Amino acid sequence: MLDGLQSLGRATLGFFERLGRGNLFLLQILSHLPGMLLRPRLVLTQLYSVGVLTLLIVLVSGLFVGMVLGLQGYNTLVDFGAEESLGVVVALSLVRELGPVVAALLFAGRAGSALTAEIGLMKATEQLSGMEMMAVDPVQRVVAPRFLAALLSMPLLAAIFSAVGIYGGHFIGVGLLGVDDGAFWSQMQNSVDLRGDIYNGVIKSIVFGFVAGWIAMFEGYDATPTAEGVSRATTRTVVHTALVVLGLDFVLTALMFGD
Amino acid sequence: MTEPVVQIRDLRFAHGDRLIFDGIDIDIAPGGVTAIMGPSGTGKTTLLKLIGGQLQPLSGSIRVHGEEVHKLGRQALYRLRKRMGMLFQSGALLTDIDVYENVAYPIREHARLPEPLLRDLVLMKLEAVGLRGAARLMPGQLSGGMARRVALARAIALDPMMVMYDEPFTGQDPISMGVLVKLIRKLNDALGLTSIVVSHDVQETAAIADYVYLLSEGRVVDHGKPETLWDAATDWSQQFMQGLADGPVPFHYPAPGFREDLLAGGH
Repeated sequence: MLDGLQSLGRATLGFFERLGRGNLFLLQILSHLPGMLLRPRLVLTQLYSVGVLTLLIVLVSGLFVGMVLGLQGYNTLVDFGAEESLGVVVALSLVRELGPVVAALLFAGRAGSALTAEIGLMKATEQLSGMEMMAVDPVQRVVAPRFLAALLSMPLLAAIFSAVGIYGGHFIGVGLLGVDDGAFWSQMQNSVDLRGDIYNGVIKSIVFGFVAGWIAMFEGYDATPTAEGVSRATTRTVVHTALVVLGLDFVLTALMFGD
Repeated sequence: MTEPVVQIRDLRFAHGDRLIFDGIDIDIAPGGVTAIMGPSGTGKTTLLKLIGGQLQPLSGSIRVHGEEVHKLGRQALYRLRKRMGMLFQSGALLTDIDVYENVAYPIREHARLPEPLLRDLVLMKLEAVGLRGAARLMPGQLSGGMARRVALARAIALDPMMVMYDEPFTGQDPISMGVLVKLIRKLNDALGLTSIVVSHDVQETAAIADYVYLLSEGRVVDHGKPETLWDAATDWSQQFMQGLADGPVPFHYPAPGFREDLLAGGH
C-alpha cells in the first residue's frame, strides 16, 4: 500500500518535472526563432525534409479520406433526397476537422518520429555535445530550424489534405454517383464560411504544428542517449502527439463552434 | 612555475546519488601533454565535460585560462570554448555532411571568411592529420581511426590554446594507434598547444605524456612524471600501470563465499 503510494508520488513528480523541462526547452526554442531570419537556409533544408517529404502520404491519405466521405455522405444524404448537399458535407468535415487532425496525425507518424530519432541519435553519438564544445548552440543550430519548419509546414499540409480530399469527394459524388456538378460546388460555396470555417481550421493546424514540433523536439533532445532510449522517445513522440492533438481538437472545437 | 592553463581545486561532482569526484586537485601546465589515467568508470570523460563547462560541479573550482568556468555567463563560456578543442571518443562528426564540411563547420559558424581562404584553412588542417585526400568522403565511409583524425582536424580548426582528448586510443588497431600517438605529440609541439589526454591505455599515453595524474574512486591517487610512476609508491598505482590482474583492486567482484553460493542451490 505504502509502496504503491510512493511510486504514485514518484511518477507524479517525474511527470511534472518533465513538463517543466519541456516548457523551459520551449522557451529556449522560441528565443532562438527570431535569429532564424538570418539563417533562412537552415530552415529551408528542414522545410524540405519535414514538409515536402510528408507531402506524398498527405496527398494519398487526403484523397482516400475524401473519397470515403463522398461515399458515406452520399449514402446518408440520398435517403433524404439531399445529395446535392454532398459538397457541403465533404468540405465542412475536411476543413473544420479531418484536414487539420488527420494531417497532424500523419505528420506525427512521418515527420515527428523522424525528427525525434534524428535528434536523439545526434545526442547518442555525441554530435550535440560536440557542437556545444565548438561553441555552437545545438538548440539554435539544430532544434530551432526544425521546430520552425514543423510550424510552417503543418498548416500547408492540412490545407493540401483538405483540398485533395474535396476533389476525392467530388470524384466519387459527381463523377461516379451522379450528383449535380453545379450543385456540389455552389452549395459548398454558400455554406463554407471563410472566417468561421477556413480560418478556424487554419488556426487548428497551426496549433497542431506547434505541439507536434514541440513534442518531437523535446522527446529527441531529452531522450536517453542509447538505442533503447531513442526508440522509446520515438514511440512517445507519436503516441503523445496523437493524444494531445485529439484532446486539443476537442477543446478548440468547443471554443470555436461551441456556442 | 608558470600559471597553469587549467587549475582544478577541491572538485566534487555526483551523478545522481553516485559521488564521482570527491575533492580532486589537478594542475595542467601550459605547453605540455598531461595525461589523466584511471580505470573505466572513474569519470575521466566527466572530468573533461566539467572542464568544458558542460556539467556543473557540486563544489570546488575549475579555472581555465584564469577564468572560473562555472561562474561564466553563456556568452563568456562560448567565447572560452572557442579556445578549447575537444576530441570525443566517438569522433562526434556530423554524419550528414562530408569530411571537408565537418572541418569547415566551426570556422563557418564563427567567422565569415571568403570561400578560397576557408578552403586553404580546411586543407591545411586536413593535411596536418594526413587526410587531405579524404576531404570528400562522408563520415560513414571512414574507419574508426580516420574518423578520429578528422575529428582532430576539426578540434584544431579554430586554432585553440588547448585540446582535450577523450580516450583517443580506445578500439584502434596498432597502426592507427601509432598514428594518433604521434599526431597528438606532434600537434602539441608544433602548434604550441596544451593537451589533456584522458585514457586507460597506459603504455601509449605514458609514452607521450609530460605529466600523469592517476585517478581512482573519485580521488587523485598518484601524480608525477611518467618515469617516476612506473615504480610508483602505492600498490594501486603499481597494479594499474603494469596491468596486473590482482592486487588492491581484486579480480573478483564482491560476492558471498563461493562454497556457500553453490551449496545454496538457487534458494
